[in-house]
Amino acid sequence: MDALLTATNLGKLYGMRPVLKGVSLSVTRGEFVAVLGANGAGKTTLLRILATLTRPSAGSLRIAGVDALAHADRARALIGMVSHQSLIYPDLTARENLEFFGRMYGISDSEIPASDSTIDTTSLQNPKSRIEDALRRVNLWQRRDDFARTFSRGMTQRLTIARAILHDPPLLLLDEPFTGLDQTSAANLSALLRETAMRERAVIMTTHELSRGLDGVTRALIIKAGRIEHELAAGFTPDLLANLMDSSAAVATSNLQS
Amino acid sequence: MPLFAKQVLALIRKDILQELRTRESITAMLVFAVMAIVMFNFALRLRVDSFLPLTPGVLWVTLVFAGTLGLSRSMSSEQINQCMDGLLLAPADRSVIFLGKAITNVLFTLAVSVILIPVMAILFDESLMQAGVWLVVLLGVVGYAGAGTLIATMAASTRAREVFLPILLFPLALPLLVAAVIATSGFLDQLPLSEFASWIGVEVAFLVIFWTAGTLLFEFLVEG
Repeated sequence: MDALLTATNLGKLYGMRPVLKGVSLSVTRGEFVAVLGANGAGKTTLLRILATLTRPSAGSLRIAGVDALAHADRARALIGMVSHQSLIYPDLTARENLEFFGRMYGISDSEIPASDSTIDTTSLQNPKSRIEDALRRVNLWQRRDDFARTFSRGMTQRLTIARAILHDPPLLLLDEPFTGLDQTSAANLSALLRETAMRERAVIMTTHELSRGLDGVTRALIIKAGRIEHELAAGFTPDLLANLMDSSAAVATSNLQS
Repeated sequence: MPLFAKQVLALIRKDILQELRTRESITAMLVFAVMAIVMFNFALRLRVDSFLPLTPGVLWVTLVFAGTLGLSRSMSSEQINQCMDGLLLAPADRSVIFLGKAITNVLFTLAVSVILIPVMAILFDESLMQAGVWLVVLLGVVGYAGAGTLIATMAASTRAREVFLPILLFPLALPLLVAAVIATSGFLDQLPLSEFASWIGVEVAFLVIFWTAGTLLFEFLVEG
């Protein structure tokens, strides 16, 4: 199968300090790839480069055949991103946030309902717009007119996912999406992400936690000091990951298990 | 309508909606501006008989300081929840963000000017309500918002952005301030336009330089 994302020899220097060294990665549709590593290993830098938020110092990046460094605008239309920061405006309602991002992503006005229009709330099976569809998928339709600042951390993260999938991107990038979530919210988010990933998407998720969100992962990459040190196919255990990662991650795992 | 224009309008609409909800920028700018001219009025009245020579300077210093408050808030609102990343993830040219933010800053500062200038005309007993003065204010505000949005973007990623913004912006805006003060004086003194038209030209040049620079350089600022 053709790769949806191909990164070749990506490198990043901050001043004279290399934080990413020759990272190559190929991901196809349907894959759920976890990038694991301790804090400072280079996970977030890698994800920001894949999201076109940061330019690499070296290497190339193609997303669905588009040269993402030369034509970043076109590549961004293919990417949805969820990070531990919500990227959500707290003084706008859930619907207003999605209306704004919908317009920024060029979603046609016919797919964005007017804020004051009456929407049939009984049409659970046939959403009238992309916004309604996205909010229903993350179970926030009933709270669509509430300000985002009134949402719990878990609800905010669900709204973040709705924002990320609004334009139906084939590539979903998740940067430490479980940070700050309690066990229940994390379990709900994990299920939502699995459901989202199954929709013919490729998902790349960074995390330093071995206890959450790894269900459904088809491949794990362990990054250390800016290099991919290990690559594991599905079926790995948290213990194996902990052994391959640095001591700080192993300590985190043992704490969680205890 | 082209997608580029729709994206710029979406950003302006979002910022106005946020302002209507929070009333943080315009309220802060307006309260500061009115308080400043009231204080100038009392302070200067003790030493001078006529405000006429001072009015343009007081007007522009007040507008520049008030405008800086708005600029700072305009970019800092995008730091909350790292919303700037949300903007940068959109499949839009980076200049969309610059233009959307700069136009919003123009609208907010003009909204303050519309209230400030009549108040100042009453307090200082000057004929500020004339088309020429409004033209100078429009050009000055547009130019200042262009330069300010560019500098506010640079300052936004620093810890001491409230300090960095005026330190970087005020020296840069000095030519605009001088041109605006002289052009405003020309209209208030009812001089022939030919005597100060070149200063209006300086305002236009400043505006063109910084809006062009912002449109072209914004990408490097936000990705640097």
